[in-house]
Amino acid sequence: MNEHTIVNLPDQATARIPKDNYITRENGLLSWLLTSDHKRIAILYLISLSFFFFIGGALAGLIRLELLTPQTDLMATDTYNKVFTMHGVIMIFFFLVPSVPATLGNFFIPMMIGAKDLALPRINLLSWYLYMAGGLLALYTMAVGGVDTGWTFTTPLSTHYVNTNVLTTGLAVFVAGFSSILTGLNFIVTIHKMRAPGMTWFRLPLFIWAHYAASILMVLATPVVAIAIVLIALERTLGIGVFDPTKGGDPLLFQHLFWFYSHPAVYIMILPGMGVISEVISTFSRKRVFGYTAVAFSSVAIAVFGFFVWAHHMFIMGISNYAVLVFSLLTMLVAVPSAIKIFNWTFTLYKGSITFETPMIYAFGFLGLFTIGGMTGVFLGSSGTDIHLTETYFIVAHFHFVMVGGMLMAFLAGIHFWWPKMTGRMYPEKLSQMAAVITFVGFNLTFFPQFILGMLGMPRRYASYPPEFQILNVFSTAGATILGVGYLLPVLYLVWSLRYGAIAGDNPWQATGLEWQTQSPPLTENFTEMPVMDHEAYDYEWLEKQKKEKGVDSAG
Amino acid sequence: MSGHNEDTRHIVGPGVYLVILFALLLGTALTVWASYIDLGLWNPVIALAIATTKAVLVVLFFMHVWYSSKLTKLTIFSGIFMFLVLISMTLTDYISRAWGSW
Amino acid sequence: MPDNSAITSNVAHEEHPAYLRHHFSSAEQQADAAGFAMWLFLLTEVMFFGGLFTAYLVYRNWYYPAFVAGSHQLSVVWGTTNTAVLIFSSFTMAMGVWCAQTRRRRGLVLSLALTFFLGLVFLGIKTIEYREKIEKHHVPGFHYSLQSFLDPQSNPEVYAEYHDKPLVPDMARHTELYFSLYFLMTGMHALHMIIGIGILGFMILRARTGAYTAGHETFVVNFGLYWHFIDIVWIYLFALLYLISRH
Repeated sequence: MNEHTIVNLPDQATARIPKDNYITRENGLLSWLLTSDHKRIAILYLISLSFFFFIGGALAGLIRLELLTPQTDLMATDTYNKVFTMHGVIMIFFFLVPSVPATLGNFFIPMMIGAKDLALPRINLLSWYLYMAGGLLALYTMAVGGVDTGWTFTTPLSTHYVNTNVLTTGLAVFVAGFSSILTGLNFIVTIHKMRAPGMTWFRLPLFIWAHYAASILMVLATPVVAIAIVLIALERTLGIGVFDPTKGGDPLLFQHLFWFYSHPAVYIMILPGMGVISEVISTFSRKRVFGYTAVAFSSVAIAVFGFFVWAHHMFIMGISNYAVLVFSLLTMLVAVPSAIKIFNWTFTLYKGSITFETPMIYAFGFLGLFTIGGMTGVFLGSSGTDIHLTETYFIVAHFHFVMVGGMLMAFLAGIHFWWPKMTGRMYPEKLSQMAAVITFVGFNLTFFPQFILGMLGMPRRYASYPPEFQILNVFSTAGATILGVGYLLPVLYLVWSLRYGAIAGDNPWQATGLEWQTQSPPLTENFTEMPVMDHEAYDYEWLEKQKKEKGVDSAG
Repeated sequence: MSGHNEDTRHIVGPGVYLVILFALLLGTALTVWASYIDLGLWNPVIALAIATTKAVLVVLFFMHVWYSSKLTKLTIFSGIFMFLVLISMTLTDYISRAWGSW
Repeated sequence: MPDNSAITSNVAHEEHPAYLRHHFSSAEQQADAAGFAMWLFLLTEVMFFGGLFTAYLVYRNWYYPAFVAGSHQLSVVWGTTNTAVLIFSSFTMAMGVWCAQTRRRRGLVLSLALTFFLGLVFLGIKTIEYREKIEKHHVPGFHYSLQSFLDPQSNPEVYAEYHDKPLVPDMARHTELYFSLYFLMTGMHALHMIIGIGILGFMILRARTGAYTAGHETFVVNFGLYWHFIDIVWIYLFALLYLISRH
């Protein structure tokens, strides 16, 4: 084995993609659009998610372009409001929330637990159609003029003071919400009821624990934002008064209902990414995840505590000081399980055999950037400092560090890690490593200056700013350009690899996990016979024994 | 592995259902009667208590949860818990607004 | 929701029943998973209604006199009748599940038909109630009228029962919020009833062919859970909307 990489590919002269796999089993567009195979649905999601990501990214580019100069010179202020709103709506609801669960979760949860499919395959397909319906509605909204309230639809602005497309955007989010609910429901049932013999809870990969926790959030929190959107719609159309102070209503009630979902939503977004990181760090340090039980329970703890802290998004909105106190204290609690995970991953690295394949580069990026993002979250959760930092670029930097530096890096780590399994092909390693580094550099240049801008007082959601802030904004825009290159490259080389990439074989990373003991790409039914789990998770000794017993572990 | 759906084993008979039916109708009569008596602060408490008792009977016997697995009971509990968190923690804001800015 | 292909043949299909989907290893696992999935769906419904209950509690707290006055405008007779109707329908639904489990095809059809009928009765009564609200201009957003609250004697039947004092105009305005929540919550409930009745109709047709009385009653059981849940929502709506203060 090459000491700088653990990649172990089959002999390329004789290796072939297995003739029968989930891609070749059936042909034709309808066989994809009407499939019940979780793997095909995952690929459908991957393609549509990438599409929406680039639309959201283009909107981000427009934002950064406008902010190159202090004046509002690229677009009218109202247009700028629409651009950042749609950027938020698309990135959150149509990219981040479904990203890992709908692609990697859908593809690998059944395989990791030894099942043939999810518990409810047709509901899974319905989830994708709901997602597409919501997404197309969002695009339609953009085409007819967009909405400018910010993705948070804060009342009474969204109910009484704008005449933009609040209703259609709300409907798009409502529909996408049900997609998310059904996915979460499917995962919970699957994980409880369809584990293979011997697959006890504590032998599950941590990827599964993470998705389980995120699914609880999806099922319990999403309906509340659904009803909040219904109420906004009724307020706008019928004027029922539920959020209207002139009729005795309270605009803050909407915010309570909205953030009751939207705070857990950030954990819906990050937990699956954390699941990916557990898998990647373990594989590329050749070591069992340190403190498996702690990581598993901390996933569930994040999910549970995440329900108790939502009003920290409302500290300056007019809630009572006593509520501020309670929610601020609880917010300190929720940071603990996340920190536990970071410590455990770090201890996993300690005395491991670390190699720096592309997924691992993204994972390291995650560790650093998510930590910074998370710590700045503590500054914001502390109500005294939040009063100064909220609604400034500090918040923008905070959530981009956790969501882009954290979640998006984890997503890319996962895509690269499981690409050989999903497609049977390897991507070009040097190019992908370079793209990962470019992303990391670009990210820091884009978002670190925003922390400083926020502390200096630059407000968020403003198209213009005082001239003394320009230099930091120019850095940020420059970084965004680099970031764009970093995100474009994977699209190009991953698509390239589908045709020209090296044949990957069953287990190019020599990873543990049931999905790696099958062919690449997998069969439609995943396993030829039901697997029996007789070893612990991340059991590298077991893997060594398998190799010795079965000889070469990569099939051609 | 996890618990099984009891429906494949326990079949709840009409006798149980009839008892619950009468209990529910009785509860309904009781709650209407109680609403006509002035009990001050206790009126809503009693109304909700009776409603909750009726709901519990429906859940346990019409929905077979009395005979169901621990998983089913845990699932229901977590739903009720989150429902209560939503209501009570939102209300902490509304209740304390009038307390003044210390 | 599990597959529910009609079992018209007794021939064993590869050693497992025709209704067993291939990703499950046993019929028991399939039924188990389906039941669990249904409970999770009901959890989402609990949280969905939860937002409405939160709104209700906030505003009842703030505008109690308006809520009392608004509640007096509802007919306790119709409300109690509807509560009894739904309780009976839950009973007939539970009996339907028993019939399916004990393979009583005709009993099942009868139970489902009774449940269906009672559901329609409920909606019929709600229609009567809604129409009365429309006539009295108590529908928010549609020529809402404060007259009943500024001058209670203009509503003789209600005044005879409760002798309400007139509300000050500011508080009277908040009755519109009460009725918004009334229509929202009962309307959302009624929507769920309509969907349930629709599915009941479908089930009656299938039950007549014996689809649910040959060992595969999962659909009936799980629908029953949904139907009982709607009953529970109404139990709380009745207590909160109709019985605020009738003394």
